[in-house]
Amino acid sequence: MDGAWIALTLTLKVAGWATALNLVLGVGVGYMLARKRFWGRDLLDAAFTLPMVMPPTVLGYYLLVLIGSQGPLGSWLKQQFGINLIFTWQGAVIAATIVAFPLVFKSARAAFESIDPQLEQAARVLGVREWGVFFRVSLPLAWRSILAGLLLAFARATGEFGATLMVAGSIPGKTQTLSIAVYEAVQAGQDDVAGALVLVTSVTCMAVLLAAGRLVPGRVAGQG
Amino acid sequence: MKSVRLGLVTLAGAVLSFAVSAAELTVSAAASLTNAFRELAPLFEAKFPDTKVQLNFGASGALLQQIAKGAPVDVFASADQENMDQAQAQALVKASDRRNFVSNSLVVIVPVPGSIVLKSLSDLAQPAYKRVAIGLPASVPAGRYTKASLEEQGLWSAIESKMIGAQNVRQALDYVARGEVDAGFVYATDAALMPDKVKVALSVPTPTPILYPIAPVAASANTDAAKKFIEFIMSPKARGVLAKYGFGMP
Repeated sequence: MDGAWIALTLTLKVAGWATALNLVLGVGVGYMLARKRFWGRDLLDAAFTLPMVMPPTVLGYYLLVLIGSQGPLGSWLKQQFGINLIFTWQGAVIAATIVAFPLVFKSARAAFESIDPQLEQAARVLGVREWGVFFRVSLPLAWRSILAGLLLAFARATGEFGATLMVAGSIPGKTQTLSIAVYEAVQAGQDDVAGALVLVTSVTCMAVLLAAGRLVPGRVAGQG
Repeated sequence: MKSVRLGLVTLAGAVLSFAVSAAELTVSAAASLTNAFRELAPLFEAKFPDTKVQLNFGASGALLQQIAKGAPVDVFASADQENMDQAQAQALVKASDRRNFVSNSLVVIVPVPGSIVLKSLSDLAQPAYKRVAIGLPASVPAGRYTKASLEEQGLWSAIESKMIGAQNVRQALDYVARGEVDAGFVYATDAALMPDKVKVALSVPTPTPILYPIAPVAASANTDAAKKFIEFIMSPKARGVLAKYGFGMP
């Protein structure tokens, strides 16, 4: 059972970081795609949506080739900063962030696009600067949909398996998240360990769903 | 829409009728047997055209769990005696037809463009070696052999903290080939597959010899074909293929 708690805290840490990163990245990209008109916008939207439709193992392979110690980005990071991402929890965060990213930016984009432009215009007329318009008008209006997207992203990051396993491996206490620990316990025939892990996972998911219901009343259930 | 549905039904029917036209023989084999068995399967099919061989590779411990949970497997080829013993103890395989068919040896490999020279196993305990890929001892025989060898030499506790657990021995090979770890424990037959990417630094003596057993699965609906497959694996022709990949004879 100790192992289950260690895996749980690690999973929450990885999913928490992935969600926090997606809050910044997803909202930023969602806002940009909703407001800016530029060549290749649809292409960019499709590219950013890819992680949702591609198998996680494909993403894991891309990541391994890119940020691996022999990859272009990985070798640069290693030489410049001595940073290595493979087999680290930070690597797991990157995998989970990418996999969950479309859920945030998609809902953010849709939310920003559904805002009445007259409201933003009114703020500008009243002398509010662009940043102020974003933080005081657009974001508060879009917030409920973004929050729903973030909760889905958190859930997706919690359950992430394929890409994480390829990039971060399965090191107990370091990169072994709940879903990977379950897989490993079943492979080894440790049904009691698997049972405990599955129980912890189910309770966690229920807690997240209930919390979601509280945070976004009447919205998550309809959109989920 | 209706024509699409009709098309799908026809397609499904075609696939199903194709599947039953030849008897399928599912062989669950240790990951280290991958290349050899992929070459052997067509040879067996050429000899017995009525049988189609389905190969399922993985860590022997994982394969055992699949069989124990009722996977429709006909033949089980393990990389160690322990998993086959467990299968036998649970009456999952036919003990009377169990045979040892190859032997193997454990080696330490390092990435080819590596700068560090490994002279003895105890060097792995040095700080220069930060990450060592080892199959997970709970389900991967290569990992269990590694653990037993290192425990015998009093090195396990020093190296365990550097261990990057692999889901099967081929994953450990891959980690070394990509240079993501400083060293890894694999079979000599695995190391021989990637001579341009990995280098054998040491061969590791194991407390028990590495012998691969093969046996028909008790719940198999295809017992005859399973026995024929095992006979084929023991034949001189199959042994030639296995020897080509570096497997020894028991």
